[in-house]
Amino acid sequence: MSEPQSRTLPSSLIDAHFWYYPVVAHPPRHCLLVRVTHWITTLCFLALLVSGIELVISHPRFYWGEEGHSLTPALFQIPIPASRAHVKTGYDFVLPDQNGWSRSLHFQTAWIVVFTGLIYAAFSLRSGHLRRNLLPAQLSWATLSESFANHLRLMPPFTGGYNLLQRLVYLLVIFGLFPLMIWTGLAMSPAIAAGYPFVVELSGGHQSARTIHFFATLALVLFFVVHVLMVYLAGLRTRLLPMLSSRYPAPEEQV
Amino acid sequence: MSNGRRNFIAGGVAGLAGTAAWRLAGQSGLLPPDSSGIYGVGHSLTYAAQRLLTGQANAREFSRDQISKIPHPNGKPPQSQDFQRLQANGFADWQLQVDGLVSRPGSFSLADLKAHPSGSQITQLICEEGWSYIAEWTGTPLAHLLELTGAQPKARYMLAYAMDGWVDSIDMHDARHPQTLLTYGMNGTNLPVAHGGPLRLRVPRQLGYKSLKYVSRITFTDQLKEEASDYSWYAGI
Repeated sequence: MSEPQSRTLPSSLIDAHFWYYPVVAHPPRHCLLVRVTHWITTLCFLALLVSGIELVISHPRFYWGEEGHSLTPALFQIPIPASRAHVKTGYDFVLPDQNGWSRSLHFQTAWIVVFTGLIYAAFSLRSGHLRRNLLPAQLSWATLSESFANHLRLMPPFTGGYNLLQRLVYLLVIFGLFPLMIWTGLAMSPAIAAGYPFVVELSGGHQSARTIHFFATLALVLFFVVHVLMVYLAGLRTRLLPMLSSRYPAPEEQV
Repeated sequence: MSNGRRNFIAGGVAGLAGTAAWRLAGQSGLLPPDSSGIYGVGHSLTYAAQRLLTGQANAREFSRDQISKIPHPNGKPPQSQDFQRLQANGFADWQLQVDGLVSRPGSFSLADLKAHPSGSQITQLICEEGWSYIAEWTGTPLAHLLELTGAQPKARYMLAYAMDGWVDSIDMHDARHPQTLLTYGMNGTNLPVAHGGPLRLRVPRQLGYKSLKYVSRITFTDQLKEEASDYSWYAGI
């Protein structure tokens, strides 16, 4: 894996709009473990999202604290039809119950994504992937605001490695949002809550855990959308192919 | 040694270890009845992991002031004439039948059950749909009934039959758990029909669908037939 290199941006490019220069630099090659765990996680995320949405449809109301149900006030309710008749939705129809396969798929996928995440985290620590490619080299208000400004101006990527904002967001997703999803997911399990009550207590109660799980999902969906958009803007071919095969980027394309 | 060969050997070792673990889990009763099928791996991992990690731990109990003002009654009571006749008579003629792999099968009226030692718990009922409420449940610990009827060592599961046609089952680990109750009281009164009266099974370490309402028969068995439900058998999630 090549080291992220800084390269001075030609002054003629400073004010250039992104779409004039869709490809300024190429990303480093991704090693096999990163590529495989990336796509397993992607598939798991989509399976968890679809099954999670199905589960929310059975009760699209959210609460804070320990308890909450159709007869108590909701913190908020998503304005969608429900698959249970006792939820007042404003729609005069009830969707079919899909919770059986949804829950089984949700938890089987959760196991896969947890194992994948553990392998990835162990590899990242041992191989230096975390230190080299994810931890920001120079984190300050100046570098942070510069990175923000570059994104707002849709500046093209001009180094081979991940930029500062990208690194921070990847770190937040991998070591913040994913652990939060697992934590609040476990907090909703009656058996885990029995054996390890602090898991649900630190989440603020059973219903709070469910609500946090929901908002963390929204954050992950936002990340997913922005991530795909950024890959597209930075050059679909040059960014996507290296995540598929070690033959990309071709040697002459590398920075 | 090349990376490829090392990975190949590591993969082989992991595969063998996985197969051995699966066999061992089967022998030590750590595989659920729905361990086959496309979700069998997930069902089995969850069941085995939660059995090993939580053991005999008790479900969280709450204080009296945390009891929900309104508990949510889900679903409808049985519509059969038999049930309505029993209800009209205050369930005086109702009986719980206990049979299967027990040395002393028998029937118990509500009065019989109430004459035995009772247990009480303030726990949360967590529905698989996502909602929950806290209530106090009172009833006969299933473990006591197991002693009374002499459950045989080869019994592995308890099947509960409800008067509305539902059937569900738990393993003996949960059947013997001190918080597993056959409840006839709720929040200081008789268990309302809307909440499964006259008798509701409470298994607070699993989702609400395991807390079967309107129970009229329990039976002990050493094997389960494939159930029609597509809900996972173990619901500790």
